[in-house]
Amino acid sequence: MAIFRPFSSSDALRSDRSAGDRQRHRDKLREAIRDNIADIISEESIIGRQKDRVIKVPIRGIKEYRFVFGDNQAQAGTGEGETEPGQVIGKAGKEGEGSGKAGDQPGVDYYETDVTLEELIEIMFEDLELPDMERKILREVMSERIAKRKGYRKAGVRVHLDRRRTAKARIRRMVATGGHVGSPSTDGVPMTTSELAPQPDPSDEAAVDDERFPFRRDDLTYKRLVEDTREESNAVVICVMDTSGSMDSMKKYLARSFFFLLYQFVSSKYQNVELVFIGHHTQAREVSEEEFFHKGESGGTLISSGYNKTLEIIYDRFHPSLWNVYAFHCSDGDNFDSDNANAIKAAKELCEVCNLFGYGEIKPLGSHYYESSMLDMFRRIEADNFQSVLIERKEDIWPSFKAFLSRDKVTSGA
Amino acid sequence: MANWDIKDLEYWDAAIREHVDDVGLDCYEQEFEVCDHGQMLGYMAYHGMPAHYPHWSFGKSYEKTKTLYDHGATGLPYEMVINSDPCLGYLMTDNSLCLQILTIAHVYGHNDFFKNNFTFTSSTRASETLSKFKTAADRVRNYMEDPSIGIDKVEGILDAAHALSMNCSRNAGIRKLSPEEQRKRLIEGSRSGNDPFEDLTPKEEQAELDLRKVPLEPDEDILLFVRDHNPHLMAWQQDLLTIVHDDAMYFLPQIETKIMNEGWASYWHHKIMNSLDLPQDIYMEFLVRHNQVICPHPGGINPYHVGFRVWHDIEQRFDEQQANGADDVDRSSMSGRDKMFEVRESDRDVSFLRRFLTEDLMRDLDIFEFEPKGENLVVTKVSDEDNWRDVKETFLKSVGMRSQPVIKVYDADYGRNRALYLKHEADDRDLHIGYAEKSLGHLYKLWGHRVLLETVMKGKKTLLSYGEHGFDAKLMR
Repeated sequence: MAIFRPFSSSDALRSDRSAGDRQRHRDKLREAIRDNIADIISEESIIGRQKDRVIKVPIRGIKEYRFVFGDNQAQAGTGEGETEPGQVIGKAGKEGEGSGKAGDQPGVDYYETDVTLEELIEIMFEDLELPDMERKILREVMSERIAKRKGYRKAGVRVHLDRRRTAKARIRRMVATGGHVGSPSTDGVPMTTSELAPQPDPSDEAAVDDERFPFRRDDLTYKRLVEDTREESNAVVICVMDTSGSMDSMKKYLARSFFFLLYQFVSSKYQNVELVFIGHHTQAREVSEEEFFHKGESGGTLISSGYNKTLEIIYDRFHPSLWNVYAFHCSDGDNFDSDNANAIKAAKELCEVCNLFGYGEIKPLGSHYYESSMLDMFRRIEADNFQSVLIERKEDIWPSFKAFLSRDKVTSGA
Repeated sequence: MANWDIKDLEYWDAAIREHVDDVGLDCYEQEFEVCDHGQMLGYMAYHGMPAHYPHWSFGKSYEKTKTLYDHGATGLPYEMVINSDPCLGYLMTDNSLCLQILTIAHVYGHNDFFKNNFTFTSSTRASETLSKFKTAADRVRNYMEDPSIGIDKVEGILDAAHALSMNCSRNAGIRKLSPEEQRKRLIEGSRSGNDPFEDLTPKEEQAELDLRKVPLEPDEDILLFVRDHNPHLMAWQQDLLTIVHDDAMYFLPQIETKIMNEGWASYWHHKIMNSLDLPQDIYMEFLVRHNQVICPHPGGINPYHVGFRVWHDIEQRFDEQQANGADDVDRSSMSGRDKMFEVRESDRDVSFLRRFLTEDLMRDLDIFEFEPKGENLVVTKVSDEDNWRDVKETFLKSVGMRSQPVIKVYDADYGRNRALYLKHEADDRDLHIGYAEKSLGHLYKLWGHRVLLETVMKGKKTLLSYGEHGFDAKLMR
């Protein structure tokens, strides 16, 4: 006779035995994601802005290696009868359906994990070694007076009357008095009818009086509202990009990736983040996001035009005393020589009003040897919160971004 | 929700048990534990063991199964049973009564197989299974908690050991010789035999025996070899290698008899269920479930399916032979059932299929061979008259431990600098080079000196090595 041990739900609750090993595995996954973060974020599919979107991250992580045979071997399988040579039974490189020996095959550990963009960003920024950021006091702005409920009181204006509590108080009193209508004058202050119910018809008064158990002033309960000021932090990310003819789509893609990171980072630190896009060639104008990334223009480049426009917008709409300003400019550095002095001057001014101001020179691999560059010019700027970076390929984006953020200056509040 | 209680299970178990005894199945005591699907997932991650040492790979396995299960890609197995005495089976609380009866009948089949098949009886001691896993788990946890060792170091050794655990002696029936016995055998082997024409034939050049060579004979148990020959390993490291090796050895018989074992259990649950007096609705559900269990997986091999068919074929053919009084006197004396009991004791998948997967049966099962060609998997050979032997060989290569490369230690002091020299006994299957690199890296970590592996890649002898400067592969002359 076999022994049966019945199911016990309390055992089941306690017996999550794999919890520790799962945690350990997740830590390893996280590590793998972190190690490959540069690859992952440079995947084009991620560059978008919906935070709750679930993205698939290919993780070539946590494989368990053994000596195994390669996957180009002949294998045997059963068919449904009438299988003929030359018949195609599936796609190579994918595990055959129901194959009983999946564990022996290399490659099964290649899998994709679902993470939300938010998680990914969290992992990304968790890794940023930015001691300054930690200590930095964000510029916060007192904003939005909100009336917040906080307890009750016995006096107040009519609109704040809590009817439920008032009714309860009356019933409580009624029960306490044995349900009898006491003489109004014996206990408490009599209520004036004007305060509550409509004036009763004088002719009914005597008849009704016996059954009525009227509200008293003591019953009335008001919601107490206090004004609450919330500290709100505002930030604006100003994306400035050279849209001149020399900026091809690859360069724009690199710029877009960088702006994306910047936006994500800033919005993880502030409650309220605005985005401004400025495109410039010889003239600058504010554009929509769509236009910013997709519409190509032609013509030469005057970087100063972009900077001046930025300054104009900052003074106009995002005054530094109320806003944290992050500005970043991407260009291929092909500026008219005559404009360099103006550009430097404007850049210095930007450094003063921005938390962080950066210049990213985008030179797809090798081209910086023969094209002119603004990097040398910008190196002369000595402001702490200025950083210029060179982006040659997508793998550079993450290191550049880290370098950029490491310059965030410690501001001491507005 | 479930339509049964423990009383039902006990009732049907008693009925099943009667049939089990009648047909002569020889079982350990049986215990069943009723669990929910969460616990089942947990047991699955640890191969059913109530206690097992912790390692992240089990967490990974759990997540994987759970993901598939949650997305409905796979169901959970009806049955999970471990080779121990008493034999321990799990029943899932959400399953219907029919499934519980089916599972109980199926488990008795496994139970009998565990107790009688030679791969199990010669390499595992069922009565000690649970306590062995428990003490191993406790030891590993102690090492993890030991402040002078810690989880990271333990994990490092376990990671490396897991990479090599399948490279172990694979036939449980063959006892490994001690170094003394190996030496004796070598010396005896080198003596010239009793050749009456010794004086007439020119003397062959005798290679001098090197009795100091380590190992004397190529050694397949890589983990144990490293444990015994790397003097720098600490006691806890040696212990971890032993634990991982023992773990692999415990599961080896199950790998080696997957098709036989599942076929055997399916054969018996089918027989028993049919002889039980089942209510109509339960019987109908059984037919559906049974067909799900033993249905072919197109393009793959379902061990339940193949095993079930082969066992039936054995029974049928031997019964016929006996009835016809076939010319082979020896064979005809045995009924199909008797033959089955003999085979379940003496065979493992490779020999089982080699002996009993006949040409007719291969055609019936429509077994074919396929290869990746470009983007597609293309059928190359089917079981017709010309090719069935080739197809069978291909099939046999994927069975049991034959799906694992044979790698043996040849020299522990290669080039006189303690490098470890291994040979892959290559058939026409190449190693996966990426996996070989990482696995060699793990071995290097355990051995502490350079490791070399001789193999064949695309028909050319290749030497893979891993040392201080990382991985290297070059052609050999």
